[in-house]
Amino acid sequence: MADLTTEFLGIKSPNPFWLASAPPTDKEYNVRRAFEAGWGGVVWKTLGAEGPPVVNVNGPRYGAIYGADRRLLGLNNIELITDRDLQTNLDEITRVKADYPDRAIIVSIMVPCEEDAWKAILPKVAATGADGIELNFGCPHGMAERGMGSAVGQVPEYIQMVTEWCKKYYDKPVIVKLTPNITDVRKPAQAAKDGGADAVSLINTINSITSVDLDAMAPQPTIDGKGTHGGYCGPAVKPIAMSMVSEIARDPGTHGLPISGIGGVTTWRDAAEFMALGCGNVQVCTAVMTYGFKIVEEMISGLSQWMDEKGYTSTADFVGMAVPNVTDWQYLNLNYVAKAKINQDDCIKCGRCYAACEDTSHQAIAMSEDRTFSVIDEECVACNLCVDVCPIANCITMEAMTPGEIDPRTGEIVKKDYANWTTHPNNPSNFAAE
Amino acid sequence: MSSQMTPGIAAARLPSETVETHFADLHAPLAPHEASVAADRCYFCHDAPCMTACPTSIDIPLFIRQISTGTAEAAAKTIFDQNILGGMCARVCPTEELCEQACVREAAEGKPVEIGRLQRHATDKLMAKQSHPYTRADSTGKTVAVVGAGPAGLACAHRLAMLGHGVVMFDALPKSGGLNEYGIAAYKTTDDFAAREVDWLLGIGGITVENGRRLGADLSLDQLQVDYDAVFLAVGLGGVNALRASGEDKNGVEDAVDFIKALRQSSDLTKLPVGRDVVVIGGGMTAVDAAVQSKLLGAQNVTIAYRRGREGMSASPYEQDLAASKGVRLMFNVQPVALHGNGTVHEIELEYTTDDGNGLKGTGEMIRLQADQVFKAIGQTLETDAGLELSGRKIAVTETGCTSVAGVWAGGDCASGGDDLTVTAVAEGRDAAMDIHATLMGSN
Repeated sequence: MADLTTEFLGIKSPNPFWLASAPPTDKEYNVRRAFEAGWGGVVWKTLGAEGPPVVNVNGPRYGAIYGADRRLLGLNNIELITDRDLQTNLDEITRVKADYPDRAIIVSIMVPCEEDAWKAILPKVAATGADGIELNFGCPHGMAERGMGSAVGQVPEYIQMVTEWCKKYYDKPVIVKLTPNITDVRKPAQAAKDGGADAVSLINTINSITSVDLDAMAPQPTIDGKGTHGGYCGPAVKPIAMSMVSEIARDPGTHGLPISGIGGVTTWRDAAEFMALGCGNVQVCTAVMTYGFKIVEEMISGLSQWMDEKGYTSTADFVGMAVPNVTDWQYLNLNYVAKAKINQDDCIKCGRCYAACEDTSHQAIAMSEDRTFSVIDEECVACNLCVDVCPIANCITMEAMTPGEIDPRTGEIVKKDYANWTTHPNNPSNFAAE
Repeated sequence: MSSQMTPGIAAARLPSETVETHFADLHAPLAPHEASVAADRCYFCHDAPCMTACPTSIDIPLFIRQISTGTAEAAAKTIFDQNILGGMCARVCPTEELCEQACVREAAEGKPVEIGRLQRHATDKLMAKQSHPYTRADSTGKTVAVVGAGPAGLACAHRLAMLGHGVVMFDALPKSGGLNEYGIAAYKTTDDFAAREVDWLLGIGGITVENGRRLGADLSLDQLQVDYDAVFLAVGLGGVNALRASGEDKNGVEDAVDFIKALRQSSDLTKLPVGRDVVVIGGGMTAVDAAVQSKLLGAQNVTIAYRRGREGMSASPYEQDLAASKGVRLMFNVQPVALHGNGTVHEIELEYTTDDGNGLKGTGEMIRLQADQVFKAIGQTLETDAGLELSGRKIAVTETGCTSVAGVWAGGDCASGGDDLTVTAVAEGRDAAMDIHATLMGSN
């Protein structure tokens, strides 16, 4: 069984699965249970400045969207940072860290955008013995209106400034948590790096309204007839998070900056995917809020099995391995030709591929009297929609054509050479032909 | 009180609470959560096989999607648009041989979407919620006689009334509903559903019902043709085939349909007598319904004796399993040759059969079974041809139900084609109504 011990910013944890700063890490009771369950580390739920703690609503805090069988796919929340007294949190962190020295404890912090505020809290956090801090520049609701959270995360200059203060007053690793509620995630990531951040973590939650109560005519969760946007997370946000992670991983300015991946990690496979895109570890929240801490057992066994199968002996072996294969559209090989192929033995004849292709794509699937569905190679552009809508995994596959064969759709020979848009004759900005 | 061991034919073999449990809904209605989970399994297939398999072509993927989006009432409307007796069909259809057999998840996992139960969920909800979901078109001034108030007659009458025609529906029996009311196992249609469904269906208006009127007795086809613009015959099969075994006239030898009819009309099943040893002759749904209900009433030993092998039974494997699970013994390749007993049947003598490819033959080997009660369930016959051409032993009809006589249509079990299923009868009644409408309105 592969050793999952992971070192991230010099912080060792028995596995790369950390719990993200969120309700599951709000207090000693939960964190102890998480560590007993096997989690490698936690980012303690965000601490605020000393003084009266924030208050939460007393109505519903979460909204959700579902897939079939009411599988939770997306969760939205309007909860704020910890609503417990600062000292209580600090005392608990100290006790837990002392009892679990092999586990990572990172403390998430969000205080006003003033140097004194950071200067005041950082020594207290340092005194707990925690392994590092994470700057919450992402929370999109409640705190942003007070000039914190995503209000900071949306202004690269503020990110750099606050990061610099933290590096000045705190000598352990500083992770900057990024908000996805921006247009180009590379800018805040660059700012964090410029400010001296040891790593970035992303994504925080996405501005969202998950549903509208059509009787009350109000967004949900509804508090006394009103609702507000919340932060969206869970499996549904994973694609957005991975895209942002990959942008940072492959941008020349931020390439190599350690990343802690967050956003819909639910299984070992999700974790491996984030890590392949450059994350040194991952943080999990919605999955444990849906299924409880026990899921880490599957994540540990799954990642170990996969690493054994692939021959990886350390998580560092595969971190970032997929990054070189993330490219811009213009560099994709336009000479690569594939065709959909339907395995008739696996086909259950539901006809969804046919409906999708016939109604919305390229009319490239034929349906016979006896409901045999077959691909019309002359029409198939290999869009993959049939694969995506088929209820049976691997029943429809995309088969690459061999160079030298004639593509029945275009009548042209499939070329062996790589050629992309930048050199394509149809590209108006390609002057190579002149 | 008697017991299962009481000899002869006796009532009250089981305590009333047991009987009540025995005759409860075979498939309980889906609770909202169950319906939601069941509906989620539908793949919304293109040109769905289930829909093709449904004799009434209900748009099943659409109605299930409507259930899953919280609009079971709209789902019910989708069902009723095609099959106004969708409530009964949800209960009695052999879905395992129709829509659910065709379901792609049957192919994928051996577990089809529970289409029948979902259909019941939707139809129950709408029927409980509003009086009647359809309105009549403006009156056409035409009147149509519908003879027989079973599934075919009801479906035809409803469609005609909806299209604006006046309908007079006749039925020989005191209650409408046909086999739904008199001929289907009680545990498939509990709480007087058949009668409630008829009342609900008649909510369309424009249909007058005259019970106790029998074709060939106080109704003649000639007179109906004079009095009405069109006639639809849906009289079913009133006769019962004879056993042709010696001793068939002994006490205790009865028609299975009569037993089922008496059971369905009984207000207290503990008062309904049943034999200690019951033998049912036949291999169809009627045989299974009679056998299972005998067992549920408290008969100690119930045997279905069928002359061919299991594969020849017209009762579906599901029905066979149901019978077996209730403790009914299924005997194959035996035919009755004699009923013994001194005035009252005491034993049935069966001969083993074999089929060497040239028809069924007795092997000469006999077996005797104890039998206080023998039910004949070997098929039913047309009581009167009313002067119409026949095809085989049924009234010859075209695809749209036209008989050999202009102005007379027929459908349901009395007409050729079809498969003696409620759902097929509904389709035939509906389609005949559309043809009658087209003819009366001059567009044919």
